[in-house]
Amino acid sequence: MRGAKSAKWVAGAIVVALAATACGGGSEDGGNKTAGQPDGYVSIDVGEPQKPLVPADTNESLGAYVIKALFTGPVSYDAEGNLEMANAESVETEDSKTWTIKLKQGWKFHDGTPVTAKTYVDAWNWYANIKNNQQNSFWFADIAGYEDVHPESGDPKGDTMSGLKVVDETTFTVELTNPVPYWEYKLGYSTFAPLPEAFYKDPKGFGQKPVGNGPYKFEKWDHKKLIQVAAWDEYQGDNKAKNKGILFKNYTTVEAAYQDLLSGNLDMIRQVGPKDLPKYKQDLGDRAVDAPYAAIQGITPVFYSKQWKDIDPKVLQGLSMAIDRETITKTVLNGTRTPAKSFTPPQVNGNQDLDTDVFTYNPEKAKQLIKEGGGVPDNKIFIQFNADGGHKEWVTAVCESIRNATGVDCVGDAKPDFQTDLEARDNDQVKSFYRGGWVADYPLNVNFLRELYWSKAEANNGRFSDEEIDKLFQQGDNAATLEESIKAYQEAEKVVLEKMPSIPLWYYRINGGHSENVDNVNVDFHGDFVLDEVTVK
Amino acid sequence: MPEALDTSAKKLPAGEPATVPVPVDAKAEKTRSLWSDAWHDLRRSPMFVISAVLIVLLLVMAAFPGLFTGASPRDADLSNHYLGAPNWSHFFQADWLGYDGQGRSIWARMVHGARASIIVSVGVTALVTILGTLVGVLAGYFGGWLDAILFRLTDVFSGIPFMLGAMVVLTTFAERTVWVVVLALAFLGWTTIARVARGSVITIKQADYVTAAKALGASTSRILFRHILPNAIAPVIVVATIALGGYIAAEATLSYLGIGLAEPTVSWGIDVSAGKDQLRNAPHVLMMPSVMVSITVLAFLMFGEAVRNALDPKMR
Amino acid sequence: MGRYVARRLLQMIPVFLGSTLLIFSMMYALPGDPVRALYGEQAIDQAQIAEIKRSLGLDKPFLLQYWDYLTGLFQGDFGTQIASQQPVADVIADAFPITARLTIFAFLFTVVVGITLGVVAGLRPDTLVDKSLLALTLLLISVPSFVLGYAFQYFFAFQLGWVDPNVNDPENYGQLLLPAIVLGSLSLAYVARLTRTSIAENLRADYVRTAVAKGLPRRRIVGVHLMRNSLIPVVTFLGSDLGALMGGAVVTEGIFNVRGVGYTVYEALSRREGSTVVGVVTLIVIIYLVCSLLVDLLYAVLDPRIRYA
Repeated sequence: MRGAKSAKWVAGAIVVALAATACGGGSEDGGNKTAGQPDGYVSIDVGEPQKPLVPADTNESLGAYVIKALFTGPVSYDAEGNLEMANAESVETEDSKTWTIKLKQGWKFHDGTPVTAKTYVDAWNWYANIKNNQQNSFWFADIAGYEDVHPESGDPKGDTMSGLKVVDETTFTVELTNPVPYWEYKLGYSTFAPLPEAFYKDPKGFGQKPVGNGPYKFEKWDHKKLIQVAAWDEYQGDNKAKNKGILFKNYTTVEAAYQDLLSGNLDMIRQVGPKDLPKYKQDLGDRAVDAPYAAIQGITPVFYSKQWKDIDPKVLQGLSMAIDRETITKTVLNGTRTPAKSFTPPQVNGNQDLDTDVFTYNPEKAKQLIKEGGGVPDNKIFIQFNADGGHKEWVTAVCESIRNATGVDCVGDAKPDFQTDLEARDNDQVKSFYRGGWVADYPLNVNFLRELYWSKAEANNGRFSDEEIDKLFQQGDNAATLEESIKAYQEAEKVVLEKMPSIPLWYYRINGGHSENVDNVNVDFHGDFVLDEVTVK
Repeated sequence: MPEALDTSAKKLPAGEPATVPVPVDAKAEKTRSLWSDAWHDLRRSPMFVISAVLIVLLLVMAAFPGLFTGASPRDADLSNHYLGAPNWSHFFQADWLGYDGQGRSIWARMVHGARASIIVSVGVTALVTILGTLVGVLAGYFGGWLDAILFRLTDVFSGIPFMLGAMVVLTTFAERTVWVVVLALAFLGWTTIARVARGSVITIKQADYVTAAKALGASTSRILFRHILPNAIAPVIVVATIALGGYIAAEATLSYLGIGLAEPTVSWGIDVSAGKDQLRNAPHVLMMPSVMVSITVLAFLMFGEAVRNALDPKMR
Repeated sequence: MGRYVARRLLQMIPVFLGSTLLIFSMMYALPGDPVRALYGEQAIDQAQIAEIKRSLGLDKPFLLQYWDYLTGLFQGDFGTQIASQQPVADVIADAFPITARLTIFAFLFTVVVGITLGVVAGLRPDTLVDKSLLALTLLLISVPSFVLGYAFQYFFAFQLGWVDPNVNDPENYGQLLLPAIVLGSLSLAYVARLTRTSIAENLRADYVRTAVAKGLPRRRIVGVHLMRNSLIPVVTFLGSDLGALMGGAVVTEGIFNVRGVGYTVYEALSRREGSTVVGVVTLIVIIYLVCSLLVDLLYAVLDPRIRYA
């Protein structure tokens, strides 16, 4: 192409000119062009992790992708969200209070040191210690002695949790403060990964150059550009890498990533941007990936407000029926969501058919229910959202749907960014509704109920408080087995529907795609690509 | 900065000094002040006439949107979701320019969006002119330590890049109404006017008629308000009118970045930002507000040019 | 000359302190808590948040935090990012060369094309060439940069395929070409108009007439006499423009996927990484101050009548 050539020529001339100017501010890392990628590697658009790469310090999806490649915890989940053993041979309990974890033999860290019970216990003690500022430290709160290393205030009393005991080289026991029948499900979270001895010498340096026990070993982290990991030959687990390595590439925009996918410079894209969504299936054909995952979005009324303080739940049910979920997900949301039918997504254990019409659009009944419930105080509602998260479109659409169906005025209350949004929620300053979302930590219905509607749950920003529900949750926690616990929570969900602590809107879907170079691209319950299974054509 | 070097302030034309600005509609050819001269020129400038007509149209649109469209900018009908490509023959009807992603009439949103742009730009320009002139006149006339302090302050504000500064300031407000945006832009934008005003005051301060007034024992306030200000204001007005268009673009840019105005305020910038995601699917959603912003900025820019040409004949 | 420069450098200190204080206080006033926000919508741990804030000194009163920041700054420490725990200096050092390259590219484009256009038009005032240049520059000024960016990207990259739509390699000047043109176009319009006005004005000046009367070749008149005198206002503008270009890069970098200072600030702002925002803005302020000093010194070169005591 002539144009391209002349553009390059002009550019070349300017390079010469630039070299001549003194204040060029050139960079040191010259020469290294990222045109191609090493043979057999696959690339994915995973941006710069927010935090250093330490398992218990990573809770956002970008860092989690890398951590999952580098570390393997005791258990993991299969595609359906069922528990399966990973580094552990078995996880057993008699009373849901004392758990025995036996590790598989012969596992090693990437530096050659063995994975032992001690490496787990030391790591967990370190993660839980408040002084080490690990973001996921509260995940260890179930373990006896947690308050010794992580007090509500003041300095920790010791370095170890009394509940953790090494039995032999590959066995350790965990004693919980209270019985938690579903505790083993929590163990699948990557926070429970072990750390090698080398970590404790230089935790800070480790975060930049981690050594794990997972299917991939760390190669390099070129900040804000890419992270490169290589398949590890000596990996003992079932999920041994089927490719030679992964490049996690950082893009500032999803559009740029998509362009690269189309031109073959990128193998996988996690989510196609709104600009390309309407056409991505045409562009990609059978290389488009469209799959649901365990996350839910809704609008939550704040029960500390005058408006909702003593509201009849019928009003909220009425508002729920005034939202045309079908049309909004199809048009404004471009099929990126599936209308919700309950308070839990279908991918979690314990999801059930609630057999209700509360989630079905019905303007007549909506009006009637609102009227029966005494109407919406002030006849006007607000939906608070963060303007930097791409929520504006659907909030507007939901509002218009409510306004058209019921005559209740509804406007979006935009906060400039997530920070401001969260602050208003934490400080009980939401006017009427806020946009709420929840992604599964572990694939159980418990996770979507207890963390959101229990009166003392931290994430219960609507300050919903109901004795009956609290009691039902408690019954679930006291259940003897996992099955009974799930059942008890299912019963609780039926009561939740009557009390309407929030209005579920829809479940998330992933709308991504892959290039012609790769195959076997699957999605887990979390909406993440299963990278170790990806093969290069 | 050595005073002689302050070239950012355009020097006044060496016309005869006018002590009182003559009202623009004055027919008196005899006085021939700077202002009547300018008006005389302006009426003959096609650029002025075109831009003035456009601006009047925009002002009417901002004040009485109902005259242009009966459709509401809020009423959404999802069955119109992007379906409505422009129907060019349906002049000024709701579907004239098509529908946006929410199924709202784009024409209605264009008309109702004028208000935010006009209020922001006029508001910011007014505030900036008052504040900037005040600082500039004080610094220029009194000089000395006051000048030094005020000018370091001006340096502080003008060193901060406008866009970055505006982003930080606006993020501090949880509720971003039109007035918040006005305050934020004015907070950062006054320095140019201050520089111009200072420069022109320094030049005028040395003029014979000021020396004469001083010699006659006129009070400081009289000298400032009767002699200095009326003469120093011309370059300020020139810079201010040109900057006005810039503030419209600034508001649109900030709203585009998601840091400016927020719904339910109707703003072209917000619509551009919503439309950018549909560039492939429904380009008209992005195009309409973009064109609207550009035309408005252009109108004010041309207006400013024409005024400048009239007030500052040297520039022609 | 030396004393003048020294005095100007001394005057920079209060300006520097003022602008850091201004930005620092604005960042302090921002709603939202960067440490708490790391937890997002999931469950939070108040005790851990308090501990992290204490270890970063974020629990101290405002003036003390500012003092800590300043003393750190004078020891070359720009602070540490809250989330990534990387030194802010490293973050800036990563992003800054990219923006510097883009800005200088845009700047050169502005200077070369802008002055050329201005001279061409200024030498023939009120001709068709001049009028169309005026119209073109008016248009460039009135189209906001995000609109221009998308228009160029759509047209030159997607439709014509001349250039890559996004910058994947910030050292590839071919990819930087489009964003640089978009970034520089506003300044280009101003430079062209300033040059044009100035040239047209000076064309009527006595010294040009004298030079013509003396029978000097036209090339020498335009190249030496006319240019030297006409460029003073242009240089003033350019001096104040470099900092503005860097600030304006927020929009351009976003559209073209450039991971420079603009992107860094935008991200840092929404994550409330105060020290990063203050660091970047401070750097731009310093660049602005140094450039304006250079401009004033350049006057002396361009205009022999000016001497600095």
